[in-house]
Amino acid sequence: MRALTWHGKHDVRVETVDDPEIINPRDAIIRITSTAICGSDLHLYDGYIPTMKAGDILGHEFMGEVVETGSRSSLKKGQRVVVPFTIACGGCFHCSKHQYSACDNGLPADNQDIAQAIYGQPMSGLFGYSHMTGGYAGGQAEYVRVPFSDVGPIIIPDGVEDDKVLFLSDILPTGWQAAEYAEIEPGDTVAVWGCGPVGLFCVQSAFLMGAERVIAIDHFPRRLDLARKFGAETINYEESKTYEALMEMTGGIGPDACIDAVGLEAHGFFADNVWDQIKVSTFMGTDRAHSIRQAILACRKGGRVSMPAVYGGFVDKFPLGAFMEKGLTLKTGQTHVQHYMPALLNAIMEDKIDTTFLISHRMPLEQATEGYKMFHDQQNEVTKIVLKPGMALAPAPGEKS
Amino acid sequence: MGDVRDSTGRDDAPLTVEKAGGAGAAADKLPEAQGHSLSGKTVTINRPRQPLYDFWRDFTNLPAFMDNVVAVELLDEKRSRWTVKAPGARTVQWTSIITEDVPGRTIAWTSEEGADVPNSGRVEFLDAPGGRGSWVVATILYDPPAGIIGKVIAKMFQREPAIQARRDLRRFKQLMETGEIATSARTRSQHEEETD
Repeated sequence: MRALTWHGKHDVRVETVDDPEIINPRDAIIRITSTAICGSDLHLYDGYIPTMKAGDILGHEFMGEVVETGSRSSLKKGQRVVVPFTIACGGCFHCSKHQYSACDNGLPADNQDIAQAIYGQPMSGLFGYSHMTGGYAGGQAEYVRVPFSDVGPIIIPDGVEDDKVLFLSDILPTGWQAAEYAEIEPGDTVAVWGCGPVGLFCVQSAFLMGAERVIAIDHFPRRLDLARKFGAETINYEESKTYEALMEMTGGIGPDACIDAVGLEAHGFFADNVWDQIKVSTFMGTDRAHSIRQAILACRKGGRVSMPAVYGGFVDKFPLGAFMEKGLTLKTGQTHVQHYMPALLNAIMEDKIDTTFLISHRMPLEQATEGYKMFHDQQNEVTKIVLKPGMALAPAPGEKS
Repeated sequence: MGDVRDSTGRDDAPLTVEKAGGAGAAADKLPEAQGHSLSGKTVTINRPRQPLYDFWRDFTNLPAFMDNVVAVELLDEKRSRWTVKAPGARTVQWTSIITEDVPGRTIAWTSEEGADVPNSGRVEFLDAPGGRGSWVVATILYDPPAGIIGKVIAKMFQREPAIQARRDLRRFKQLMETGEIATSARTRSQHEEETD
């Protein structure tokens, strides 16, 4: 099959590799019809994530058609499914509490050592995201092997197009969970740092959960425009002082709930080593690492802070005093995707949530290398690239579809 | 749970986490103890203890989740012959004798004289607090091949018994909770290479 493989910093290639096969009884093989490049894939692309190996297949946002099933899979050939990016067993204590991203058994036993050493306990497995998260081949390929296929994938009814449901795999549940963790009450003003896909879904979700106002913070004009379309007010932090703006825009009180959808991403896995690299990196900008500190300082007394942003290691100068003195609540975590998928699929089917606005580019899998470069270099214009293995090659690579 | 796990008596933590090593005290508590390095882990498994004991007690099941165990041959009611991988593509062998067997609860063993890696230990199957399934507590005493040098070499090749015990218990948990052992292999040939 053809697959997008990682070979090093800014070196990803579409190559021919062996097709995946059924190995365990609960496995299924999915023929990929749509797969997105995630913002966090760019950190692999930038070479920040340790425990990557040359030839690793990337991609953790994908969907497709079931083509083969193991003896204990509940799926049937021909079914269309969206696959959660978190690999969870469904049988451990955490899965029984719907804490799927904390699954005890998603990681192969040998891969659990690193996470255990860094975090105290191993987390669930992830598709296409280094060997620390299991070393599972990702979905930016023609086919993928899906473990625990009787627990993860959600079946999509016929007639619902891929673009409407693809983001159930990661970013929509992630935005929704973050808004839920903000415990929004009627009348609330919610501030959202970062208008990438997750931040934009936070904006949408916050309004659905009854927020009176949402204030979105970013510096890419196109992304702020998208937030405005959902009814958010905006702060461009290159134009205005964020804390001061938030205080003025909330009558001196501060937002009732603050959502950090920026974070360090997985850079923090070895923050000390790459701290300088992060600071000079154009992708990271200069003050994104401050989003959680800013959120804590701006949040009103007794308010809630929700942090879908991925942090992997240690953060300096965490304002613990402000956090304690103001009596804030912080909720965070990787997304329990499996828990949110059914309700969110219903919301999509009932047209309560539309996620297709996010897709700025569609291209064949064969052009994935150009896709990564575009997404990396043009953050304002490129909000989301969806790769379609079955799509005909465009005459001019990288051209907008 | 203080009565079931051996501790120093000064606190309730098991001997396996004692800063001083705990091997001497652990040897006092094991019938026919052999070995001077102590390793032990507790794992919570979301299933009742009887089926966990039953699966473990049939020693021919053990190679399914014990990565380094090539084969276990049952010699009689109490004795079994173990063939285990060692660093450098070698295998080591010993005969193991059951010294304690409480159905649904405890299995203890010791190696017969002349073992390549003298070892002894106990696996306990306990009700986890709060109705959360079972605790499987493994305590293993062993003499690493060729002493401390062998231990370092084994660690380099990931065949060190303490690392191995930790990973084997995770695989046991996976098999009991999910019916399979998680692997990220993409093809069957990759999988065979990994489990070889």
